[in-house]
Formats: sequence, C-alpha cells, structure tokens
Amino acid sequence: MEFGEILSEALTALTINKMRTGLATLGIIIGIGAVIALISLGQSGQKAVESQIQSLGSNLLTVIPGSPNSGGIRQAAGGLTTLTYDDAKAITTSATVTDVANVSAELSRRAQVTSGKNNTNTQIIGVTPSYLTVHNLSMQSGSFIIQRDVDSLGKVVVIGPQVVSDLFGDGSNPIGQTIRVNKLALKVIGVTASKGGSGFMNQDDMVFVPLTTAQKQLFGVDYLSAISIQAKSDKVMTDAQDQVGYLLLSRHKIGNPAQADFSILSQQDIMGAASSITGTFTALLSGIAAISLVVGGIGIMNIMLVTVVERTREIGLRKALGAKKKSVIQQFLVESIILTMLGGVLGMVLGMVLSVAVSKIINLPFVISFQAIALAIGVSGGIGILFGWYPARKASNLSPIEALRYE
Amino acid sequence: MIQIKNVSKVYRNDTVETKALDDVAFEIKKGEFVAIMGPSGSGKSTLMHILGALDTPTSGTYILDGEEVGKLSDDKLAEIRNKKIGFVFQAFNLLPRTTAMKNVMLPMVYGDVAKSEREARAKKYLEMVGLGDRMQHTSSQLSGGQMQRVAIARSLVMDPAIILADEPTGNIASNQASEIMAIFQDLNEQGHTIIMITHEPDIAEHAKRIIHIKDGKIVKDSDKHSQRRAK
Ligand SMILES: Nc1ncnc2c1ncn2[C@@H]1O[C@H](COP(=O)(O)OP(=O)(O)O)[C@@H](O)[C@H]1O
Ligand SMILES: [Mg+2]
Repeated sequence: MEFGEILSEALTALTINKMRTGLATLGIIIGIGAVIALISLGQSGQKAVESQIQSLGSNLLTVIPGSPNSGGIRQAAGGLTTLTYDDAKAITTSATVTDVANVSAELSRRAQVTSGKNNTNTQIIGVTPSYLTVHNLSMQSGSFIIQRDVDSLGKVVVIGPQVVSDLFGDGSNPIGQTIRVNKLALKVIGVTASKGGSGFMNQDDMVFVPLTTAQKQLFGVDYLSAISIQAKSDKVMTDAQDQVGYLLLSRHKIGNPAQADFSILSQQDIMGAASSITGTFTALLSGIAAISLVVGGIGIMNIMLVTVVERTREIGLRKALGAKKKSVIQQFLVESIILTMLGGVLGMVLGMVLSVAVSKIINLPFVISFQAIALAIGVSGGIGILFGWYPARKASNLSPIEALRYE
Repeated sequence: MIQIKNVSKVYRNDTVETKALDDVAFEIKKGEFVAIMGPSGSGKSTLMHILGALDTPTSGTYILDGEEVGKLSDDKLAEIRNKKIGFVFQAFNLLPRTTAMKNVMLPMVYGDVAKSEREARAKKYLEMVGLGDRMQHTSSQLSGGQMQRVAIARSLVMDPAIILADEPTGNIASNQASEIMAIFQDLNEQGHTIIMITHEPDIAEHAKRIIHIKDGKIVKDSDKHSQRRAK
C-alpha cells in the first residue's frame, strides 16, 4: 500500500467523525500551545533581561557591599555600609589599578518626588559625573551633574524621561523648575535620553542627584550602595576585577579574600544569575505544560482505542481480504499521527498568538523560537506514534473471524 | 487442490468446550461446485473459516495447493486469503459509507495491484455482476441482492482459484437469490472452484456436489444429483 493511499484513507476515516477528531486534537492543541507559549515567553523574557543588563553599561564591574560567600546580591539590598566615596576615589587614583577607565560611586534609594501637585515614587541615585559614561547614558536636554555639584552639595537634579512625564505631564519644560525629593527642593538641570527600558532597573525612571547631596542631605548616610567600574576593554575585565579587589581588601584591612566585606560582580555574573533564574522558570513552566501534553496524548490513545473497538468489523474484513498486520498498524498509526500533528500545528499557532499577545501586553520583545516549532512538530508526531502504537497493535492482532463476528 | 484430513476444531470458553468439527476429512478438486449443508450450529461456518485460512484447525491438517495451512504465519495466511480465495459473506461485509467501486478495489490495495489497473478491473467485475450503473453508490443506497453482488465482484478481483460463500443468499430476497446462483454457476463454468455453505436445500441443489454435516461430522457426501440451473 502506497503512503499516499494510507494518508487519504486515514483522512477519510478522520473526517467521518469530525466532532471526535476535534476533541481528540484539542488536548494536543492545548498542550503544544502551552509549551510553545511558555518557551517563547521564557526566551523573550531572558532576552529582555539580557538586553537590560547590557544597557546598564559596557565592560562593567559592580562592587557591592557584602561578602561574596553569603550571597552578595541579597545582602546588598539589606544596605551594608562597608563601601565609601573614599574607596571609589582610591580606585580612580591608585597606581596599582591600571585597567580601569571610569569609576562611578553610587548611592541609590527609593523616595517620593514631588513637583507641585504631581508626585511619583522612584529611584533616587546619588552620582558623580562619571555615572553618565559608565552607564552608557546620554542627555536629552540640559546638562548632567558636574564635579562642582558633588563637591559643594549642589541642590541640583537630573531626571529621566519617565519622571518628566510623571511630574510634568502637561508638557512644560522641566529644566529650571524646582522639584522636591524628600521635601528637599532641587533645581532640575537636565533630562537624560530615553533608553526604552522597562521592568527592573529602568533607567528612564530615575532621579540623579549629586552623591554628597544624597548622602548628607537626603538620606543621612556616609556609605555607598555600589561602585560601578568600567574596565578599559573587555579583555582586561578579570585584571581590573583583581586590581580593584586587592586595593579594597588592603583599604579595608582584610587579609583573607574569603572574608571580603564586598563583592565584585561582572556583567557576565549578573547575566548568568539572571538567566539561570529565568531559565529555571521557563523550564518549570514548560514542565507543567508538558504534563498537559502527556494528558493530551492519553486522550489520543483513548480515542484511538474507541475507534479500534468501533471498527472491529472493518478491521476483520480488511484482514480477511488480505491486509497484513503491517498494513493495519500503518493505517491506525497514521491516523493517530495525523491527529497529533494537526493538534501540533494548531497548538503552535495558538502558542504563537498567545506569546505575541502576552509579550505585547507586558512589553517584552517577541521571540519566534525555531526550537519551539521543531519541538512542537517533533513532540506531537512522537506522541502520535507513542500513544497510537498500542491501539494500532491491538487492531492488527485482532483475529479476522472474531472481528467479523463482532456486533 | 483442497485436502482436509482428520480436521477437528474445538472452541474452549472458560468452562465449556465445544467440538465444532469432529474428525472431518474430504477433498475438493479444481473446478468443483460444492455445497456444504447442515442445520444451524452443525459447524458449517467453522469449516468455511478453516477452508478460507481465516482460522486454523485444533488438530488434523488442511492442505491447500500442497501447502499445510496450519503451519503458515499470519502474514502468509493474509496473502493466501488475498490471492487464492474470494470470500462472500452472509452479511455482505461491505465498508460502510464507501462506494461499490472502492469496496471492490479493496483487495487490490492489499494485493499490490498497480493503482492504474485497479479501477479498470473493479469496473469489469462490477459490470459482470450487472452493477455497471451502480458503481458510485454506497452500500446504504443498494438493495440486499445488489450488495451481495458487490461482494461477489469484490471476491473476484484478485482472480482467486477458490470462491468461498457462507450463506450467500441468507440475507436477501428469494428472487434475487437465483440471480446470485446464476452468477456462481457462470463462474464455475469459467473454471473457478466454488464452495458454498447453505442450510436451504433448494439453494444447495445449484451445486454439483453436496456435503452434509451434522454435529461437526460429515454425514453424507453426494455428487449424484441433478444440478438445478438458475437460468
Ligand atoms: N468462537 C466460538 N467460540 C465458541 N463456540 C463457538 C465459536 N464459534 C462457533 N462456536 C460453536 O461451534 C458450533 C458450530 O458453529 P458454526 O460453525 O458457526 O455453525 P453453523 O455455521 O453451522 O451454524 C456451534 O455450537 C457454535 O456455538
Ligand atoms: Mg454459520
């Protein structure tokens, strides 16, 4: 029997009971749809996180307070006090630190910002002038904070475009106006250019003040939340990391690096941590979706078993007329593969539509994953074979007389 | 061509044992037209299933064209059913929702007949049984006699040496029954061996030889009667 014939026979059999065919595929459609949607959303989430981390600056090292051995990232949020502006200055001036291009000392806190009747709660960052270069930021209008502002506790502020629209929604020019951060009046001297970020670490939704103003007048502290360091090139990242590490160890009078009271993270570290988190989530959700696929497969098996019972007489007749086991197996296997592949293709479309819709809503880049497409087709075909095999074998093993006798 | 030697068939259900055939022996030569007669439950269908390679005996041997059928694999049996035997069933057993044409083509699908040839052959045999104008009708659009003629056309397309018919007139009107008998007699004259099972004496008389069975045993085997002509 030629393949074309097997195919057309299978299609005929499947069109006879459209309702059942539809219901049988539904399980696969939902399963594949869920897997595809979750994989591509996971991937676009990962991509979004990566591009955001990338946009924070190039060749970036971040020094944060807290021991690397006790999970630096977590402790940093707790606000340890071991990093100072003097540490940052020392990195800039030290003769042993040769591979560092720029150093940015930073103190960030969330605070309420008001302008007239408008207010917003946003990230306040005390900065030095090098923040702009280190974090790849540029100005849309006005100017950034200069060293004199830092030295003299200047009452000036630079705001991100998101803050502009939150506070000056009417379109008036923010430059020259006064805003209040924690009730302290500051004069707006510049607006940063949009980076189009979203979600966490959105650089459009930030307020920059001179570091000293932030420390002494806004938050009353004398430490930093981070020192961002730009290495001279991507090749000297490790050297720069070592140089900064030794300098800070000696400044903090710590002999054993394992007991360091700070951690230095490279962009790769952060990216790795972030993608392992998103990766774990994607895998977990895909696993759950895969369970629904298995359930869909069992649905197909169930339908095929019913079909075999219903068509017992037909199978018996075919065997009486000369159908060999192989032909009968082929016939039923092809039917179940068509069912699952149909479900696979429709599920793929559903999954794509879902992930396009969701990534539009939560503003993520949409990623078409070819792996996901290959997976959908491969997996659904595989499910067809796996769950179609048993019913097909059962059909092929029917004895022709028993089958003909069956009412 | 057909040799049945000491064939017995025992059906075992959980508790009961039914001896459907009990030490049966006979031969059928090429070109015979044999009727197998007997009351209901006497083992006629069981015998036909064995003759048709649909089932194998519990004991004894069945030799078809020199081959012992009981020793063959399932696939080899399928091939014998496809090439050497044409079946006509009491209940017609046509595929539902399928045209007469497609039904008749079915054995050729499993018999490696070139696709281009199938339609022409199916047409030839449908015309032969007088259904040239009903080829695209599905089973539900045909009468009992017409369905049985489709089944006969189907049994012929592989040009089998033997035609096995189990109560071929059991489910059709008596005026149509004689048309079926006429077709069988024609086929017999063309050289086909025909084995027909029936419990109706006037149908059996269309054969040249009548084997009577009762309780699984042959009670009478006669070829000394005058064959009734169907037309
Ligand atoms: N599959 C089976 N299982 C058990 N008993 C059977 C089976 N097939 C037939 N029989 C029994 O074998 C005997 C002969 O049956 P069968 O050959 O169908 O007779 P006939 O066709 O002459 O009416 C009957 O008693 C019947 O009940
Ligand atoms: Mg019977």
